[in-house]
Amino acid sequence: MTEKTEQKPPIIEVRALTKSFGSQQVLTGINLDVYEGEIMVVMGGSGCGKSTLLRHLIGSIVPDKGSIKLFNREISTMSEPELNDVRKRFGILFQSGALINSMTVGDNVALPIREHTALDERTIEIMVKIKLELVNLREHADKMPAQLSGGMKKRAGLARAIALDPQILFYDEPSAGLDPVTSAEIDQLIIDLTRKLNVTSVVVTHEMDSAFTIADRMCMLDKGIILKVDTRREFELLRESSVEKLSNQRDQLIRQFLRGDAEGPLTRCKEKSNYEEDLLERV
Amino acid sequence: MTDQKNNSNNIVKNIIRRDDVVILQIVGEIDMHSSTELRGELLEISQNPPAQTIINMSEVDFMDSSGVAVLIEALQLHRRNSSQLKLVGINQRVRSIFEISRLDTIFEIYDSEDEAISA
Repeated sequence: MTEKTEQKPPIIEVRALTKSFGSQQVLTGINLDVYEGEIMVVMGGSGCGKSTLLRHLIGSIVPDKGSIKLFNREISTMSEPELNDVRKRFGILFQSGALINSMTVGDNVALPIREHTALDERTIEIMVKIKLELVNLREHADKMPAQLSGGMKKRAGLARAIALDPQILFYDEPSAGLDPVTSAEIDQLIIDLTRKLNVTSVVVTHEMDSAFTIADRMCMLDKGIILKVDTRREFELLRESSVEKLSNQRDQLIRQFLRGDAEGPLTRCKEKSNYEEDLLERV
Repeated sequence: MTDQKNNSNNIVKNIIRRDDVVILQIVGEIDMHSSTELRGELLEISQNPPAQTIINMSEVDFMDSSGVAVLIEALQLHRRNSSQLKLVGINQRVRSIFEISRLDTIFEIYDSEDEAISA
């Protein structure tokens, strides 16, 4: 999959992306290529910058420096109408599902089609049924979001994300707040839809089980810097390797994160902090 | 009796009326813009439906879910009038959109116009 897709030009191309909020630098020199048809998982701990990177990719934040190309078009300098044109070509599954609570599930899915096309209502009605069938929710079209379970809300959000037949799907923490079984169902749905619809998927997550289930390639972020971009297999090898065999601290850090170990460079940083001095200074 | 109309629009190339058969030859990409035009033609045909409508899609490179929806609506109207809607010359890319939607068995699909007419 990956070797084949890498021969094509990237559908997403990020170069030297840098972003600060006030005095805090949240992304530094990010370079990332995502190829057509692959599932790229962006992972890292809380506050590592992965959500900020996602917000750049969907054009909701402008970088301080660097370039972001989607479909070979620079989006960071686009006007809002130009950006809206590009936005029609990708779908987003937000962490919360982001359904409109006053609308039925069917109307939530129809919303982007009504907003962005001049299609007849009869056509839209059939399209909505097709989209809901793809996420196994067709029989729930008339329900309100409040009547749905967490997993069903995610699936409804996914049906809405694919409403306009996007070429790229972005997922923001798709497993967040779900029980393990429902989370596994969503993982399978991400894999199925990516393959069936021939879309490219970018998944931001800190759930390692999910990441290793769905990824073709993975990208590990820490403190706004990309530590590693590689195939799932390479990350699996790193996770399974013994710490003694890893010569550099970067690989040790990645391994600790992948394994969810309490001991390692990630936690050692905290031990080194100047806690005592800090306390005494303030007294 | 054969009546042929060359269409100046983008997507509908030809409409051929042959006795009780209408053959609609379409070209290019059926997307969220062009599917409206296809729907217009199909609704017009459905108002006075022939025994068979054949949609020749051998020159269609791409179709999205709005195209599928338009074809389903046309199929509904034809069935309501006890007439037949058949598809011809579907390439693998277009076929996959039917398969994704699990609709590949709902339509009658043939390799050629002659095969569709005589079936």
